[in-house]
This record gives sequence, structure tokens and C-alpha cells, in this order.
Amino acid sequence: MQITTPAFRENSVRALNDPQLQKALGNVEKGFVAKRAAAKAALPEFEALRDQARAIKTHTLAHLDLYLEAYEAKVKTAGGHVHWAESAEEARRIILDICRKAKARTVTKGKSMITEEINLNDYLAENGIEPVETDLGEYIIQLRQEHPSHIIAPAIHLNKEQVEEDFRRVHTHLPETRDLSEPVALLSEARAVLRERYFAADVGITGANFLIAETGSSVIVTNEGNGDLTQTLGKVHVVVASIEKVVPTLEDCAGILRLLARSATGQDMSVYTTFSTGPRRAEDPDGPGEYHVVLIDNGRTAMLGSEFEEMLRCIRCGACMNHCPVYHAVGGHAYGSVYPGPMGAVLTPSLNGIRIAGHLPNASTFCGRCESVCPMKIPLPKMMRHWREREFEKHLAPAASRYGLGIWAFFARRPTLYRLASRLGIRLLALLGGEKRRLSRLPLAGGWTDHRDLPAPEGESFVAAFNRSRGA
Amino acid sequence: MTMNESRNPEGPRIGLFATCLVDLFRPSVGFSAVKLLEEAGCRVEVPMAQTCCGQPAYNSGDRADARDLARQVITVFEGFDYVVAPSGSCAAMLKVHYPELFEGDAVWKKRAEAFAEKVFELVSFLVDIRKLERVSARLDGSVTYHDSCSGLRELGIAAQPRALLGSVEGLALKEMKDSDVCCGFGGTFCVKYSDISNAIVSKKMANIDASGADLLLAGDMGCLMNMAGKLKREGSSVAVRHVAEVLAGMTEQPPIAGTTPKGGR
Repeated sequence: MQITTPAFRENSVRALNDPQLQKALGNVEKGFVAKRAAAKAALPEFEALRDQARAIKTHTLAHLDLYLEAYEAKVKTAGGHVHWAESAEEARRIILDICRKAKARTVTKGKSMITEEINLNDYLAENGIEPVETDLGEYIIQLRQEHPSHIIAPAIHLNKEQVEEDFRRVHTHLPETRDLSEPVALLSEARAVLRERYFAADVGITGANFLIAETGSSVIVTNEGNGDLTQTLGKVHVVVASIEKVVPTLEDCAGILRLLARSATGQDMSVYTTFSTGPRRAEDPDGPGEYHVVLIDNGRTAMLGSEFEEMLRCIRCGACMNHCPVYHAVGGHAYGSVYPGPMGAVLTPSLNGIRIAGHLPNASTFCGRCESVCPMKIPLPKMMRHWREREFEKHLAPAASRYGLGIWAFFARRPTLYRLASRLGIRLLALLGGEKRRLSRLPLAGGWTDHRDLPAPEGESFVAAFNRSRGA
Repeated sequence: MTMNESRNPEGPRIGLFATCLVDLFRPSVGFSAVKLLEEAGCRVEVPMAQTCCGQPAYNSGDRADARDLARQVITVFEGFDYVVAPSGSCAAMLKVHYPELFEGDAVWKKRAEAFAEKVFELVSFLVDIRKLERVSARLDGSVTYHDSCSGLRELGIAAQPRALLGSVEGLALKEMKDSDVCCGFGGTFCVKYSDISNAIVSKKMANIDASGADLLLAGDMGCLMNMAGKLKREGSSVAVRHVAEVLAGMTEQPPIAGTTPKGGR
């Protein structure tokens, strides 16, 4: 996708003025938050699980090379192939090669953010292979030529009326009398169309929620079963995963799975949790003839050992964006990046550079709600602050704010001068506030007064007044 | 001997870190804090050499200035038994973030950690450390309480202000929906991304209005100025005060951003 993070400000204003989007975003706030809270409340060991999960991932990251090699060996033993890709470009080439060898004309796809990250769909299409998204949300946005606005609910920015319109536009076989007003009708329509595509596809591509070093298995969680059809009906199954998805054992995976759906949608488990280990064996009734895993770095190893390493614990549940007041206000597309919300604000600068993604770690109130709900206890605000530090060091922050900060710091470091200057300032503001005790306009303070009044100071410094009153 | 020392000669010696917004915008909050602390048996001093905790620099990625200000605050305040601030966000800066600022500087990190042990937000200090169970204040009316983010999530402040508000005679607490959701202030965020900040504070305002309370309280001046500014801009009749003013029974000063006559701006 075209990264538009430099236009975050313009994107967000457009989003705030889009009534359709604002209506759809109400569902994020209403749905996910209460459901996660209920799921957490129903599981007394939830907090203990978070600590365990964090420890598992921290341990794995400290020995990532060992676990990846162990995983690779197990995949090979099971008859699968492992491909290592350092960059997005390399990953795309490897996947295209696999598709070409399979003489693929269409590929079905399970929902996968990593294939968004490497821009796989456009690349396959440019090379004459049609990618077909099979997750309902992904299918909808593919019809609209959009990108996911949320990492687990890609079409959360849409209302059902918009989806009906898209279906009528593209599914030209539909009679006008067919009722598509309910979500379930839309689902069955998509299901009918997609059923044909599964059988026609030569290759099925899925992501992976986990890779298990102990067994060489890849794991996906879905609610529609589309991932299972994608990976079992094609002649070839390609798993695309970034390297931090590996966990040591099945038991580790099971532990983190107990957190994943609860944090994401508030379900105890997603409807399908599917483990794949190698291609179809002689005695298996079905399954793909070939099994490939494409392991992608694309910037991850550079995060290891840096102040952003903890971001690699992320299991992509989406809880951070579900609880983010900024995400609630503008939605995922405004971020202009593959990954939106707080996790995107930390990850995007790692993937695309702080020069391009500078807005994202700045557009946070540091309210900390993301960190408080993160199942992996990733200190998201702290890492956004680290990005602000990198930006500051490289002199990338806007000149006006650097200048303002410099003046403020000059006075704040000199208490006596600060007392003098601030005494004049607050007297003036108090005077301007008048009897209403507030200002509705103030030069250079438009950022504040465009939307709200500025409460006027009482007119005197507390520190000075207190010490005077006590005769100090 | 100063007057306050004569009041509580045996009490712990408190350095009140007023915070820049209380110092410059709302001295009433400072005087309320002093009254509450003295009633809780403390001796209170307010060092003249205080300016700001350094959060604007810290959150703008300017570690050098943030460290300079941290060293200034630590030097001025480390001699007290406790350091108390009428703000969750500034207290969290002193308590949680100062030690982080000195990673890699063994001497200052140790000093910052020892200093952090002494730092508390006002209301949680009264309840958790001074074991205060009730205040002697009266307020006839209904209030709603906004949980400011830093205080809530970095310092665990939620039950303490509600416990003390419960002891204010005549006061009815009407909880708003999503009291623990950010008001959209976020320090420099509210001017850097003012449209998003406005969307967030607009939702907050709707929840405040829907609570039916006459008075909005919170423990942080930044959030209070943001919410008061929005409420008054939109003509809401809800008044706004720092929670310390009500707990101290010092509500003679007009509310933050003044009052709004019904129907007018």
C-alpha cells in the first residue's frame, strides 16, 4: 500500500468529518471494549497469564536464532520447505516463484497482515496471478480496493449499507429483489461466491499467529473457517510469517492462545484454531501437496537489542487500538500505514523510518490505556516516547515546537527569571480573562482556542503567595 | 519556627511540589493542598525554586532538558520527608519517569530512585500514607469525577479520591460513563493535534453532561483546563474544580473558567 503517514493531519481531519466513518467507529468503542472486559473478568488467572506470556516471548526473543533453526529443522522433517527472506522484496519474489512453479492462476488468501506489509496482492496481480481474499472483511475491502483499517477487523470502518452497495456493484448476478439488508445475508452471499474460488485456486496463502519450534507447526486463528479452506484445498500451502512469530513449545502457544482471543474480541477462543504441520501425508484424506514457510525479517532483527525490541512480543490482537481514544476518533486509515493504532505507532517507524512515520508516535495523549490492556504488556507509550527522542535528536520535530520548547526550557531552568516572567504573563492573562475568567481567543494559541476557551489564571503565583503569607 | 511548623511540630515535613499549572493558573488548589496536608498532621513547605517537572521536554523527546529539570527538582526537594504534588501526571513524572531518565548515570539514577520513594500524589498520599478516612468539608450538590490517565494508570489512583469525596457532607457522586477514558489533553498533544483532541474532549463532555452532575472534579489541572475550556465554549452549565478544593472545603474562589449563566456562552 501507499504509505500516507506524512499526511496524518490531513487524513485525520478528513476522517473526523466523515459521518459514515464516525458511525462505524462507534462499533469499535461499543463492541470490543466491553467484550474484552467481560472475558478478562471471567478468567481469574488473566493477569498471571499476561506475565507468563510476556516471559515466554521475552525468552524466545533472547534466543530467537536457536528457536528459528529448531523450527526450520522440524518443518523439513515434516516434509515442508522453509524460505528465509530478509526484505519485503525478497519475500515477494520467493512467493511468486512458488506460485509460478505451481502454475498458479489464482491464489486464495487467509487474513494476514504480513502480506499487507510486503504488499503481496499488488505484486501477484502485476505478475498475472489473481489473489482472492477469503476473510469476509478482507474480501469486502478487496472489492473496494482498500487496505485494512484494523488488524483484526479490516472492514471495521464500513457500515453494512456500504457493503451491500459494493456487493450489488460487483456481484452482477444478484437479482435486485435479493434482500441483503442483514449482515448474515451478506455473509452467505460472500460465502457462495468464495466457495467457487477455493476450488479453483492453485495455491493457498495464510499468515501465522504462531510458529512452534517444538513441532514445526504453524497456527492460525479465524472465526470463519476460511483459513482452513484456503490452506487445505489448494495444491500448495504457503505460510507467510515474520520471524518473531516463533514460540518454543505447543504449551507456550496454548498459554498465549488463552490471551489472544480474549484480548482481541472477548471470545474465550476464536471459532477455529488450526495447526498445520507439513504437507499431506500418504495416509491423510486431504491437505496440500506442498507446504512452504516464508520467514520474513523486514526490519525485525534491527529491532532486537534496541529500545524497540519489546514490540516484537506483539501478537496482533488489536486490543491497543480497540482502547485508543485517538484510534476511536480517526480510525485506522488516517494513520496511512499498514499497522494503525498504538502498535502501529511504534512499529511503523521501525518499518518505514521515523522521517516518514514521525506523526504516528506523536499523535498520542500517552493515556496509557493501550499498555494497560496489552496481553503482552508492551510499554507502548514508552516506545512512542523513544521515537520522539530519535526524532528530536535528528532535528526532525517541527521548528515551531522546538523553538517554543527551547524558550520554555530556558526559563524553567532559571527559577528566579521564571518567577519574574510568569508573574507578568499570568497578570496579563487574568486581566484579559476579565469577569468571565476565560479567553475565547489568544494570539499564537489557536491550537487551544480554536476548539475551547482558555481558563484564565487567578492572577497570582501560588508559590509566591504562599511564601508571602507565611512570612518566609 | 514558621507558623506551619508550630501547627504540627512532630509531623512529617512535606515539600509541596505545586506544579506549574497550579502555581500559575489556580493557586486555590495549592492552598487547598496545604490545608489538607496540615489537617493530616503534616508540616508543609513550598520551595521558591520550583518551576516545572519537565514533562513537556520529556514527552517531546528532549531528554537533555528533561534531565536538567529533573536534577533541579531532585536537588530542591530531596531533603524533605515526602514530596507531594496535587497532580497525578506530575507526581508520576517525579516518581516513575525520573529514575528512567537517568538510565546509564549510576549516581543520578540512585538519587532519582531514592527521591522517587518519597513522591506522592496529594489525594493518594492522604489516604494511603496518612491513612485519612474522612475530611471535614461540606458541598451541597452532585459531582462527577474524571480519572486522569497518569494518576489512574501509573499511580493507581481511583478509589482514594472517591473514598474521601464520600465523606464530604451533602455531596452526591454521580459517576459518568467512561470516567477512565482520556479527556484528550495529552500535554502538547492538544495543540499539536487539536482537531483530534477536540473530538476526544467532545465525547468526554457528552459523558459529563449526561451524568447529570453540577460539578466536574479531577486531580490534574491540565485535564481540568481542557475539559473546563470545552464545557464553557459549548455553554455547558457544569462547573469545574480540582478535587482538592472540594476536599478542603475551599470553594470560595469561582470555578475554573468561571461560571456560565444558563443558556449563555
